[in-house]
Amino acid sequence: MFSWLRRAYQAVFLAFFLFLVFVSTSQYIRGYDVQWFLELDPLVALTTTLASHALHHTLLWALPLIVLTLVFGRFFCSWICPMGTLHHMLGFLGRKRKVLDRVKQNAPRPSHKIKYAILAVMLGLAAAGSTQIGLLDPIASTWRGLSVSLLPAASNTAYGLYQGERHFQWGTFVTIYFLAALALNFVYPRFYCRVLCPLGALLGLLSKFALFRIAKEPGKCNDCEVCGADCQGAADPQGKVRATECMVCLNCIQGCKRGGLAYRFLPELRLSKTTTDLSRRKWITAGVAGVVSVPLARASDGVDPRPNPARIRPPGALEESEFLAKCLKCGACMKVCPTGGLQPALHEAGIEGLWTPILVPRIGYCEHSCTLCGQVCPTGAIAQLKLADKVGNMPDKPPVRIGSAFFDKGRCLPWGYNIECIVCEEVCPTSPKAIYFKLETVTDRNGQEKTLKFPHVDLDHCTGCGICETRCPVVDRAGIRVSAANESRTSRSSISLSGGKI
Amino acid sequence: MSEGETMDHGQTVPEERLRRGGSPPAGGNSQEPIDGNRRAALRIGATAAMAVGTVALGLGLRAPEGRAKKRNLPKLKDHRVAKIAGANEFVIVRGPDPASNVRRAVEAVGGMGAFVKPGERVVIKPNIGWNRLPEQAANTNPDVVAEVVRLVAAARAGKIWVADVSVNTAEQCFVRSGIEKAAQAAGATVVRPDATAFREVDVAGKLLKVGDVLFPFVDADRVINVPLVKQHGLSGATMAMKNWYGVLGGQRVKLHQDIHLSIVDLAAMVKPTLTVLDATRILLANGPTGGSLADVKRMDTVAVSTDEVALDAFGAALLGLRPSELGFIVEGMKAGLGTPKWQDLKTVELGA
Repeated sequence: MFSWLRRAYQAVFLAFFLFLVFVSTSQYIRGYDVQWFLELDPLVALTTTLASHALHHTLLWALPLIVLTLVFGRFFCSWICPMGTLHHMLGFLGRKRKVLDRVKQNAPRPSHKIKYAILAVMLGLAAAGSTQIGLLDPIASTWRGLSVSLLPAASNTAYGLYQGERHFQWGTFVTIYFLAALALNFVYPRFYCRVLCPLGALLGLLSKFALFRIAKEPGKCNDCEVCGADCQGAADPQGKVRATECMVCLNCIQGCKRGGLAYRFLPELRLSKTTTDLSRRKWITAGVAGVVSVPLARASDGVDPRPNPARIRPPGALEESEFLAKCLKCGACMKVCPTGGLQPALHEAGIEGLWTPILVPRIGYCEHSCTLCGQVCPTGAIAQLKLADKVGNMPDKPPVRIGSAFFDKGRCLPWGYNIECIVCEEVCPTSPKAIYFKLETVTDRNGQEKTLKFPHVDLDHCTGCGICETRCPVVDRAGIRVSAANESRTSRSSISLSGGKI
Repeated sequence: MSEGETMDHGQTVPEERLRRGGSPPAGGNSQEPIDGNRRAALRIGATAAMAVGTVALGLGLRAPEGRAKKRNLPKLKDHRVAKIAGANEFVIVRGPDPASNVRRAVEAVGGMGAFVKPGERVVIKPNIGWNRLPEQAANTNPDVVAEVVRLVAAARAGKIWVADVSVNTAEQCFVRSGIEKAAQAAGATVVRPDATAFREVDVAGKLLKVGDVLFPFVDADRVINVPLVKQHGLSGATMAMKNWYGVLGGQRVKLHQDIHLSIVDLAAMVKPTLTVLDATRILLANGPTGGSLADVKRMDTVAVSTDEVALDAFGAALLGLRPSELGFIVEGMKAGLGTPKWQDLKTVELGA
């Protein structure tokens, strides 16, 4: 009976998660808080707060979950977490058949403490200003895996039925990463949840002294050990139940024919094990490793001194170091971007910026009147812009600039070949247009005079939206390209002196 | 005795091994030839079938060296109707209500019933190119489009599509222009372009040979053009003839290399039934995208004709341009698509 109640919750929350992923398009999104699961995630709240020294208002949702976990234990993993449910379902891949084999398979193992070391590293990274939990956080991973990899593959196969044709550069790595996490169930059920998940580790710590917990009923147990056969967390219900590992799936209670286990209020502490197996020395070492990783990474790929021209951030993105403190790489902005231009960075933003969003204008441009990426960002790494602020009102109020356009005069048709074109001028959405043309007369190889339109960029009006690059008829490398230079999120990127930014 | 036993033990195969699939007992020797012949015939038959199948498949798929398979591309139909005796050829209506302007203008050129017969499939082509609001005058006025849909519906068309290939993201253009909602409310099927919505056709133009055309324009019996009047950086203006860019997918930005001839080729390909030129609001500068209300001028005018060149010449004057300045008007006239002298047609101007 208990397990059917739990399954009902799992089904409802997984369906709700998939619904939120599905509606996360410009067409269906309306006012849905599509990243509610990430906002609920205490690890997101904790790391972004450590890294940015502020708790973004949407992340206040984490507080009720923390309180509930302190009271009821690590139930999130077996009742709510969509990735936990996926692992729960896929657990059959590596599950042994015989009851006693399953009991052995679900016994606590030394490797289960690795997740606490991962958590310590992640907290160390965050304390040093770099939020990296998105790499392993189950909700961010699931969202990214679905939106950057599985859904586009399904939709493209069905002739772009959903969101049209979508391609994500080097999304293959996301695919492998996500599917490998699921495939770990072949090793043993819920390998990811038991060994790797940093959110599970954090919730485990919060569950140490949970008021409600599973404990043996004295005198009723005959040590048959069958209760361990379907234990999701490898929490050792046969012995002292491990409070940090127990996911409150209630399978042990259901499995015991003698009523030897119960989920009760305030059972005696001696009936459970409340410590993690990770020694204090290892906790500290892992935390310190996280902290020192940040200067090490930044010694390789600086945050600001030498930005990559392809590191074009979405409109509203915070200044880079703040952005890296908040971005979860969840892919919500990439999923919702109406043109599909927001792409997961591979190397463009350094090792820290792996899978953070960048605009790749050759794939898609930034729609002039769209602010959806900021609307869906769960942590405020991309601020929620008002349309009037994004578009601006020149000359009084400059627009939000994400970069600016530069001609490659060897590839541009008028400049390089004296062929009429100016598609870039036509599609330029600003008013007045940032791309304008001048009529000039040139002579061809036979000495014939020809008058045609030569395009130019007005730096003050260009927002870097990239539609000129998207639409340029020169295939592969366009004749006009956008780079991050002159983006308005930091004065250090500005090129022109107008506006007085030095 | 003891010798015999030894022999037995040495030669007899244990019972168990036989049952697990060793060679069959040697008892059935008398039937072997028949069984063998049947089996042999089956094996030969199977091999022959596979051989014939493989050869047939190979021959069926063979392609001559260096030549692509020849394809017969479809051409668009001629969507025009015969000249209507006694009807006006060029009608201009001015008034505050765009829908009423459309209604009166179409009535004055003979009524929609003269152009659309019951059961015919009709596609209406507004300009829905840009992610802009109606007030910004980058797309056709939604009230004008809706009224055209209603008139076509009243003429009992079998199917009414409203379609365009947008430059910005189609979904945003169709929604923010207000056209999708208005057209659907009036009873049209709105076609947003996606990768599956195009057919390769023979353009048969002077410059353009092959193009990907949005399917309703290939399938429809009648085509009604509903453009608006805008300044355009490269071509000078975009009105009726330039609106045919919007039936194309693929790399249509290449057409800018010879925009005037491209426009004329496309207009000659489509041969529309009727054109309703929307000059409710016109865009005077920063076209064709616009954006600033300062560049928009309210004209409260609708002009209707079957002559796209005449309508473009009329529209050019609204933008302060002379028809002779616009290459596609000059080339369109040369190609026999119409006359820029709209005053020479049987013209009527109606006020509010």
